[in-house]
Amino acid sequence: MSQPVIVARDLVKRYGEFAAVDGISFEVAPGESFGLLGPNGAGKSTTMRMVGAVSTRTAGDLTILGLDPDRFGPEIRSQLGVVPQADNLDTELRVRENLLVYGRYFGLPRKLVAERADELLAFAQLEDKGKAKVDSLSGGMKRRLTIARALVNDPRVLLLDEPTTGLDPQARHILWDRLFRLKEQGTTLLLTTHYMDEAEQLCDRLVVVDKGTIMAEGTPAALIRRYSSREVLEMRFGSDRNADVAGRLAGIGDRLEVLPDRILVYSENGEAELERITGAGLHPITSLVRRSSLEDVFLRLTGRSLIE
Amino acid sequence: MSDLTQRDLAPASLRVRPARSLYAGNARAVMFRGWRATRSTNWLVMVSGFFEPIFYLLAMGIGLGTLVGDVSTEGGQVVPYAAFIAPALLAVAAMNGAIYDSTWNVFFKMQFARLYEGMLSTSLGPLDVALGEIMLALLRGALYAVGFQIVMQALGLNLSWWALLALPAVLLIAFGFASVGMAITSYMKTFQQMDWISFVMLPMFLFSATFYPITVYPQWLQYVIQALPLWHGVELVRGLTTGAVDWGMLWHVLYYAVMIAIGLVFTTKRLRALFLD
Repeated sequence: MSQPVIVARDLVKRYGEFAAVDGISFEVAPGESFGLLGPNGAGKSTTMRMVGAVSTRTAGDLTILGLDPDRFGPEIRSQLGVVPQADNLDTELRVRENLLVYGRYFGLPRKLVAERADELLAFAQLEDKGKAKVDSLSGGMKRRLTIARALVNDPRVLLLDEPTTGLDPQARHILWDRLFRLKEQGTTLLLTTHYMDEAEQLCDRLVVVDKGTIMAEGTPAALIRRYSSREVLEMRFGSDRNADVAGRLAGIGDRLEVLPDRILVYSENGEAELERITGAGLHPITSLVRRSSLEDVFLRLTGRSLIE
Repeated sequence: MSDLTQRDLAPASLRVRPARSLYAGNARAVMFRGWRATRSTNWLVMVSGFFEPIFYLLAMGIGLGTLVGDVSTEGGQVVPYAAFIAPALLAVAAMNGAIYDSTWNVFFKMQFARLYEGMLSTSLGPLDVALGEIMLALLRGALYAVGFQIVMQALGLNLSWWALLALPAVLLIAFGFASVGMAITSYMKTFQQMDWISFVMLPMFLFSATFYPITVYPQWLQYVIQALPLWHGVELVRGLTTGAVDWGMLWHVLYYAVMIAIGLVFTTKRLRALFLD
């Protein structure tokens, strides 16, 4: 059994009365890709900052690479790569300079940093942008540059806070592909996201976080099996009729979830449920049968939707 | 995984050194960044600040000086008016360069560019950032001062060989202002608060024995001026360029040493509180 790279036990961060993180425990093994899934304000970023050794914990235990961040902040940070939620690239420097300068912050020799900068530009598919101004890059390119920058010190662990928030679908897929390559190379990833598809794509294991506490933990598939049915039938009857119709659906499916804009029926067989419903004389404006996702897990656990 | 595990664990020899969390001994990386940034974006802005004290010297020293004639310094020495104000303007040149970099530039980086957040998520400590930025500001002050002193030499306003020591003195002045400037800026949150800095700087520039001896003031006002930093810089540099050197000047040096120390302590504390909470 290899030593976990991150161990958090009953981790707490309080700002005055407010507990942003309220007793979170998890472990991340070397090479694992671990996710914190939850809505905005769940305490994910605060947790990331504590793991990144830039925020001190109020209570609990935390070790990163076997070290306590309260005592070995710089040693820990020298082995981490950090991709913050909002890009903080150096806009006074050119693209390649961003990598050169960031490498120097770690005290790495100039020649080594220059070699890495070229490799990382290639990895981030920005070879021909080396001399470009940062502000001229698209959102997706900036993110890739931020990830390249986070890799300049050859980190043991890469921390990614909402890596694809604000990107268009194509840019997200390019980014996922890059992160997947890192995962294949054995880089340990810790990422936060409020996109369930992202968590399903990238995470070996994840915790669902809400209001500073962990609601559930497991692999994406196991969480879906445990907290949801195989399929989901989504129906829209019109916003004013949804609640009314829901009252007449008693006994249909394993479970019902009534949202303002639609009704979700959890079942092993969505098509069969839809036939029963239309057979009973109810005709949704639109209907859709899909596989369960982490979104459903979250809805089940918190009674709320992830993206509101 | 065994090799991984070994790399993962802290070596037994790793001991806690509290200073390590503040200072990685890598302030030069921060300076390297500043140099690259200046080179690629705002070198033109730098040039403008250089000419300001030179214009003052020409207008007041040469222009007004023909009307004023000679003046006597604090030490009782009689010198031409231009030679009286030139050392003061030299101190001001150092101050301006240092203050510009350590206030507005630092404010921008702190509030808008999120630059320090990025720096402090690497192995850099807050003291590296503080020292690096302050050294940059100091260099800018020094650059202005060297240029100004060359102009002084050309105009024959360095009256003594002691004037060579004005250069290290000016570095000290720039260091002091940069250090305190960055410390104050690190507590500022809005542009309005930043304007207060200019509000203090202008009268300090005009009234700190820059253009005339402070003996024209009533005693209580002299004490006020003597409590402010620029007066100490002006007296120190004037003593050196006019050759009126005495042991009492060490008090001015001490004043700046204290400024540097206080500025560094507060800047480091503040950066730590802001970015390593």
